[in-house]
Amino acid sequence: MNGSTAELRARGLVAEQFDDAAQQHATAQFGIWVFLATEVLFFGVLFAGYAVCRVRDPEGFLLGSQHTEILFGAVEAAILLLSSATVTFAVNLIRFDERRVVAALLATTALLGIAFLVLHGVEYSHEHDEHLMVGVDFAQHGPHARGIELFFFLYYAMTLYHSLHVLVGVCVIGTMGVLVWRGRIRGEYTTPLVLAGLYWHLVDIVWIFLFPLMYLIGR
Amino acid sequence: MNATAITPDLPELEPPRSFYTHKSGLGSWLLTTDHKRIAILYAITITLFFIMGGVAAAMMRINLVEPDGALLSAETYNKTFTFHGVVMVWFFLIPSIPATLGNFLLPIMIGARDLAFPRLNLMSWYLFVIGGCFTIACLLLGGVDTGWTFYTPFSTMFSNTNVILVAVGVFVTGFSTILTGLNFIVTTHKLRMPGMTWFKLPLFVWAMYAVSLVMVLATPVLAMTLSLIGLERIAHVGIFDPALGGDPLLFQHMFWFYSHPAVYIMILPAMGVVSEIIPCFARRKIFGYRFMVYALVGISVIGFLVWGHHMFVAGMSPTATLVFSILSFIIAVPSAIKVFNWTATLRRGRITFEAPMLYALGFVGLFMIGGMSGLMLAAPALDIPLHATYFVIAHFHYVMVGGTVMAYLGGIHYWWPKITGRLYSEAWARFAAILMFFGFNFTFFPQYVLGYLGMPRRYHAYPPQFQLLNVLSSAGASILALAYLIPVIYLGWSLFHGARAGNNPWGARGLEWQTPSPPPKQNFLERPVVQKVYAYDEPSPDGQPASGATA
Amino acid sequence: MSSGGFWHLLPNASTNAKPLDELWWTMVGLCALVAIGVFVVMFVFCIRYRKGRPADRHLSKETLPVELTWTAVPFLIFMGVFVWSLTLYARSRTPPANAETIYVVAKQWMWKIQHPGGQREIDTLHVPTGVPIRLMMTSQDVIHSFFVPAFRVKQDVLPDRYTQLWFTAIKPGDYPLYCTQYCGLDHSKMGGQVIVMRPDAYARWLDENNTGTSLASQGAALFRTKGCSGCHGANASVHAPDLDGIYGRVVHLQDGSTVTADDRYIHDSIMLPDKQIVAGYAPIMPSFSGELTEGQVLAIIAYLKSTKPGAQPAHKGTKQ
Repeated sequence: MNGSTAELRARGLVAEQFDDAAQQHATAQFGIWVFLATEVLFFGVLFAGYAVCRVRDPEGFLLGSQHTEILFGAVEAAILLLSSATVTFAVNLIRFDERRVVAALLATTALLGIAFLVLHGVEYSHEHDEHLMVGVDFAQHGPHARGIELFFFLYYAMTLYHSLHVLVGVCVIGTMGVLVWRGRIRGEYTTPLVLAGLYWHLVDIVWIFLFPLMYLIGR
Repeated sequence: MNATAITPDLPELEPPRSFYTHKSGLGSWLLTTDHKRIAILYAITITLFFIMGGVAAAMMRINLVEPDGALLSAETYNKTFTFHGVVMVWFFLIPSIPATLGNFLLPIMIGARDLAFPRLNLMSWYLFVIGGCFTIACLLLGGVDTGWTFYTPFSTMFSNTNVILVAVGVFVTGFSTILTGLNFIVTTHKLRMPGMTWFKLPLFVWAMYAVSLVMVLATPVLAMTLSLIGLERIAHVGIFDPALGGDPLLFQHMFWFYSHPAVYIMILPAMGVVSEIIPCFARRKIFGYRFMVYALVGISVIGFLVWGHHMFVAGMSPTATLVFSILSFIIAVPSAIKVFNWTATLRRGRITFEAPMLYALGFVGLFMIGGMSGLMLAAPALDIPLHATYFVIAHFHYVMVGGTVMAYLGGIHYWWPKITGRLYSEAWARFAAILMFFGFNFTFFPQYVLGYLGMPRRYHAYPPQFQLLNVLSSAGASILALAYLIPVIYLGWSLFHGARAGNNPWGARGLEWQTPSPPPKQNFLERPVVQKVYAYDEPSPDGQPASGATA
Repeated sequence: MSSGGFWHLLPNASTNAKPLDELWWTMVGLCALVAIGVFVVMFVFCIRYRKGRPADRHLSKETLPVELTWTAVPFLIFMGVFVWSLTLYARSRTPPANAETIYVVAKQWMWKIQHPGGQREIDTLHVPTGVPIRLMMTSQDVIHSFFVPAFRVKQDVLPDRYTQLWFTAIKPGDYPLYCTQYCGLDHSKMGGQVIVMRPDAYARWLDENNTGTSLASQGAALFRTKGCSGCHGANASVHAPDLDGIYGRVVHLQDGSTVTADDRYIHDSIMLPDKQIVAGYAPIMPSFSGELTEGQVLAIIAYLKSTKPGAQPAHKGTKQ
């Protein structure tokens, strides 16, 4: 039993099933890793589907990929990488009680996430104009039209699920920022922020795989 | 770490309060984070689903009394077996033991005060209920006719029923399963009380741990696969549709990548329950504890590598067939070990035959028959004629109903005194267990014969030469239905009028028997004593005598 | 096999059935042996070690040898069964070279059969005894499965893909045919009969049902009317591959790989021409998906199989 446990228990931050704060923190961290493992399997299905369909029509996938906008993809990748950096700084600085800096970093992270979503929205609207929106307005011709259609089906499935994760991440990181600002997360009690950071990194990593598979293969 | 009290920083509880009386009112139940209360919420919900699935089964059995279908139209029959499958698999079998007995007992068995994430646990029940609502809504809006396996392209491009609604239901329920599994894994790793080492864990806990691994790693695959079905139905494009360049077998691979491990989600907990009951009533340590542990974990791991044996006639390559076949034979080895070990546990024991023991012995027999018929299906040459016939139906009902349901009921009887604090009528319980065993065999054994003779599954009508066996099976089903009804009555009676059970009515070992029945909110009033696992050869901390070497 | 009871419902009507039944009954025997063994042991233990009965209850400490034994023994038995099963499986997957091909198209909820001689049937399949028959099957909609219990054969029938099974019928008679992959409303009605005849009777049946045009000549007619010959024909001005004698040949593709021109390849080349492009040709062929039924594609394949290489003069188109 350490001193911080008594303090945190007094603040109502150590749940009754835990002996001390250290156990609670270790448990929560283990939990998020297990959760991230399920996320990997969740996205794994889409990657497996992508692999199978690409093997069946490699040409179509290359052509499909050429319809994506690499500038957007690259900027989005940069945004997410940057946001991963800001969240890492936030997680590391919270120990030093840099409340303002950490809150600012988290706000930046959330804003970067929003920027990502906005850019992706713009990208979707461009694709809509080019009649690439599978299931809504898709009109491509030529011998590989079906391969392109399948490519874009996967593109939407994967990027939409990814964007959904970004959206959840923005909300979570935003909430963390507010909690840090209000001093609810500080000093000895940083667990939620650490977990949110790990989740945000997963969102980032998924994009690191999506970016080459969607934008780079055809170029 | 704290060495004196189990609840170091919290005020002492008043001793007589059980978790039932800790708080009262409907709100205290619906917003509870107590794993024991959530277990009871689950128990009530899955019982309702079991009844619904059972009614569907009864309708099918009545229909099959006559070759042309005695009761239902082809359309209704197809929807009925789909509903039966969906409800029984996702809303009864998968949550059955883990979400009720596991939820209730896992923390107690390892000396914890609750699961690691109690609010997540409650959320998981709500997700389960929401998923269930979607499924029932789908039934009310006309049902689904794809079969519980949702094979494409039928489910994506041809079925005109509410596939999306039921897919959403299963999707949501999937997350309930994932959260339960996550909770169990983390709890087992991090919340074991001091002294409770991995190899002192009861096999029930090991089974929960092994099954949670499967839940956490397989269920997301199902969720995403079903969501792709939904997307494909909405967009009329997708990776499963051959007409669009997709792969018609891809869905089957993805589906069985989940659904084969899912059968281990259903059977591993049952093995855990039986591994508790048999040592208790044989009054000796389980034979080969470590082998049992390795077998449990081995099954859960190899279980991920055998999905292709559902596809031997689906058009898969011969190489894949070879690999999946040999792996399927290999996974039968740990199951065989378990059967032998349970049997060997009886040797030199001091056996009594209370109802839970009867269920457990019934389980071993039926599971063995079901498992061995699975071996025949693992051999590709034999799978060719047997695949998708009633042989397969009989095989998995022996494992799922003869195995899992028997073990679930055995577990409910075994821990009933702990959960409710009361005893039930032993005579009725034994009668029901025996009746169930015979009713079950009566129902499903004829289906092995039907399958060998070539009657395909999912047939609303069938050639007249199969009638005799079908009538036999339906007759058996009516006995089985009766056998399932009896416990509802005497257990219901026990709830209000049963004799008080005391802490340890069976003289069992394990931490859960060292706390009052029903347990207090905090699970233990005083710190329990960790013994060796299944320490029937030494006195228990609550004064139960050791089971001596000679009579 | 025993002839009494239910078993007469499942005759051995193909060469496949007997070896399979031997494996099956061996497995049944083995399983029964183990099951009875375990039940007897359980029963004896339950009696001998029931509470209150005096007995020696000392437990031996050394359990590892026992456990290793009953891990290894089942494992070895399983491997034996596996190898046995595999040899039968390999046999069931490799039709003999002299097998006669009959084409099957499945659709909700019927089986359409096309004989090489042009004879067509629905939900019935006539075959002779003693001749290996290879069924080349595809589906027009969902997945079906072709199952004849008396022959112990079953194979799923997939859309957009050819699957095959083979058998040699040995006993004349009518045998039920079932669909065993759930395929919608009338799944249970999607059945029929396989009628096995002596070769002479079969020849008579073929004669009586002769439509005058063989499947290959039906295919040849389609090849002309659907416009294939416009590009692939001898006098075509378009630069398209010569298809005479294409069947079974090795084709070089644009991406540098090679494929053997089997049924699947020809089917896909007609329905999904952009999937595999032959080296040296522009991808200009339109898809016939929707134009042709699966049955018509099978006829064209039969026609291409019947053609001999070298019947055409060299291409007139310009090389690219």
